[in-house]
Amino acid sequence: MAYTFSFPEEVLEHVFSFIESEKDRNAISLVCKSWYEIERWCRRRVFVGNCYAVSPMMVIKRFPEVRSIALKGKPHFADFNLVPEGWGGYVCPWIAAMACAFPWLEEIRLKRMVITDESLELIAKSFKNFKVLVLTSCEGFTTDGLAAIAANCRFASFIFLISQVLNLLDFNFVFELVLNKGHKFESKLCLCLVNLRELDLQESEVEDLSGHWLSHFPDSYTSLVSLNISCLGNEVSLSSLERLLGRCPNLQTLRLNRAVPLDRLPNLLRRCPQLVELGTGVYSTEMRPEVFSNLEAAFSGCKQLKSLSGFWDVLPSYLPAVYPICSRLTSLNLSYAIVQSSDLIKLISQCPSLLRLWVLDYIEDAGLYALAASCKDLRELRVFPSDPFGLEPNVALTEQGLVSVSEGCPKLQSVLYFCRQMSNAALNTIARNRPNLTRFRLCIIEPRTPDYITLEPLDSGFGAIVEHCKDLQRLSLSGLLTDRVFEYIGTYGKKLEMLSVAFAGDSDLGLHHVLSGCDNLRKLEIRDCPFGDKALLANAAKLETMRSLWMSSCSVSYGACKLLGQKMPRLNVEVIDERGPPDSRPESCPVEKLYIYRTIAGPRLDMPGFVWTMEDDSSLGLE
Amino acid sequence: MPEALEEGASMKGGLNLKATELRLGLPGCESPEREREGVFKSGAKRGFSDAIDGNWNAGSEVALGKDAALFSLTATDCTNKPTAVLKETLPHSPKPLHDKKPQISAPAAKAQVVGWPPIRSFRKNSMASQPTQKNDADAEAKSGCLYVKVSMEGAPYLRKVDLNSFGTYKDLSLALEKMFSCFTISQCGSYGVSSRENLSESRLMDLLHGSEYVLTYEDKDGDWMLVGDVPWEMFIESCKRLRIMKSSEAIGLAPRAMEKCKSRN
Repeated sequence: MAYTFSFPEEVLEHVFSFIESEKDRNAISLVCKSWYEIERWCRRRVFVGNCYAVSPMMVIKRFPEVRSIALKGKPHFADFNLVPEGWGGYVCPWIAAMACAFPWLEEIRLKRMVITDESLELIAKSFKNFKVLVLTSCEGFTTDGLAAIAANCRFASFIFLISQVLNLLDFNFVFELVLNKGHKFESKLCLCLVNLRELDLQESEVEDLSGHWLSHFPDSYTSLVSLNISCLGNEVSLSSLERLLGRCPNLQTLRLNRAVPLDRLPNLLRRCPQLVELGTGVYSTEMRPEVFSNLEAAFSGCKQLKSLSGFWDVLPSYLPAVYPICSRLTSLNLSYAIVQSSDLIKLISQCPSLLRLWVLDYIEDAGLYALAASCKDLRELRVFPSDPFGLEPNVALTEQGLVSVSEGCPKLQSVLYFCRQMSNAALNTIARNRPNLTRFRLCIIEPRTPDYITLEPLDSGFGAIVEHCKDLQRLSLSGLLTDRVFEYIGTYGKKLEMLSVAFAGDSDLGLHHVLSGCDNLRKLEIRDCPFGDKALLANAAKLETMRSLWMSSCSVSYGACKLLGQKMPRLNVEVIDERGPPDSRPESCPVEKLYIYRTIAGPRLDMPGFVWTMEDDSSLGLE
Repeated sequence: MPEALEEGASMKGGLNLKATELRLGLPGCESPEREREGVFKSGAKRGFSDAIDGNWNAGSEVALGKDAALFSLTATDCTNKPTAVLKETLPHSPKPLHDKKPQISAPAAKAQVVGWPPIRSFRKNSMASQPTQKNDADAEAKSGCLYVKVSMEGAPYLRKVDLNSFGTYKDLSLALEKMFSCFTISQCGSYGVSSRENLSESRLMDLLHGSEYVLTYEDKDGDWMLVGDVPWEMFIESCKRLRIMKSSEAIGLAPRAMEKCKSRN
């Protein structure tokens, strides 16, 4: 006797509400039709990794009760200026569609997208319960749009993460605008600010902000949790800041900008001893014993402090002021601090709890050796170049530093390392030492640099990495590399999700190895490699299983792009070429840049003049 | 990013013979015309002839796995012309790194490749506005040396020292000791006798660091300062010249200098 046993919908919904990750949610929706239905009605958060992969209407239709949406626009290489201005990533159609469909939308998170003032105004008007706006590496808006948000959002909690803002962002202007418009706006603004939880301007390239916007926070405002102004160029009013900090007992994160002088830091810290994360301002001033002891005492008073950053213009004699709290530190970002290796060693040796270190290559091999000896819990290391465009090495940082860390830090998972020399032997050692690596990004500064000992390509070294690090998810290659390395990657990189390649390979075989071998590949970005038509066309079906493929300065011909576009209707094959229409050149001519992504929304309609989507068969009159 | 190479190669309708000419010149001695062609980009086209005629054909004979080729292409389809590409910078025969020369035959003024190394603009801009580190290697590579004049009361001539060759105040004072020992000896009356063995080390140190002399320097503002107050890095950045003063002279300038001097020893 068989039971047909099923829970009532409400029970299932309740159970599903505990499932947060969208991967799990997607899995649930595949179990059976009824679970698909139940799940879609109770999904509250949606993540769209490529805003052109699906249309707003499709999302709205499937998930009618969304409260929080995250969208990504431009390809990752846009961070390095490889995507021309005006390529796309416009959020406007999404806002317009959601304004009607999701009146209860609370959160919008955008990355590498273009958002206009009109969209911001629409957000302000349409969503009565709007709480969170996160803009990472976005552009296209001005203070007018922000003024609209400030003036109209009733329960707004702002989180701004803004990088590469092209227009002036003047908070002072915003507040003046709103205040000057009369009393009713002022009260609304105060209401907004009362609910403001986080104001985070991380990595924003904001120049002209004037400082007295801080004084516009009303005295009644006490709910600040996080304040990050590290990107601001101008001075802020320190007395306003002190008062603000003093009345916000829940403040956990404070990232100051460079203009905050060091001798004022103790006063600020004393107002918020509950801080968990601190970014200092400029870290130097005249060397005076009383300033030092004041600073040291202020740091000691912050018993919860776990994360430090900032350290602009460091004067090394002031570094010991943080020694009293070093033992609790889990995260240290010294990647803007110009500090000699010896001083770094003194500091790091006192941080046994460190999980994450971001630092400049001034740390040198000696410093990394000390890191390996002291920080046994380290999970993530990033070493940035202090002089990336210099012809000669300016510091004694070699592959040895990374080898030391791989030896001494058993929990190391994530590496970003800029250096000038590498050897297969070193990579081999690193791979064998640390099979638990999940992210390995190596940037040897000079393109096509071989193994400096044997002068051979670095194929076998990277091969060892993919072979031994079986859970590797993200890999960035550099140095002299032949097709061989791609053979290794295709053979062993079974968990690899994202691969970045530059100035590598000999032939299409390289690309073919990757496309045919890496089962879990989602994002592939390639620049300046001799990969052409064959591998691409031979692996066309693979491209539908990935989020996107970027190829620039490679050898893919226009003809191949057309062919791919024709045969694969569920791919958008975008040719980006600033030289003019590809039709005006022979079909065999390679395209400048190529961006291929899977989509169920068809070709996009918002392309600029230098982007052409290859049409599929159904839209072609003749072939 | 339009590339002269691509244009030259495919749009001018023929082989760019000059570009494909094999050369064995040293890095940096190419003609300006070639330099403009953006050597960094040339790698994209390098070895394409191999792709057509070499490895790929061998590979295409065999089954390409479960996602078999959707299209069968002949070698003449979609070829990039010309395929005889720049081979003057062979990737497999670079100069060894220890020569401290760029691996590729780059133009002497290094052409910056767009988006390489992969660093975000925010970081680039932040680093550009901070002063660079003046550690020894950096100074040697960039600005060379930091020679300053050293004068000593009563010495007939001045000396010059390279501040960058020292790492600490101790190194500097030891070197100055050595340099000026002959003059202190002369004070003792053994003029011309260069043998330091005649004097015990402690006597020499006493002369230089005891009550007889103090080490001072002129900073960027033109003020005479006592050596040793500020961190070494700050000192070498602001020091314009050094002077070994007699204590009697120094008392007028800096009454506390002597105590400081003694206490430091």
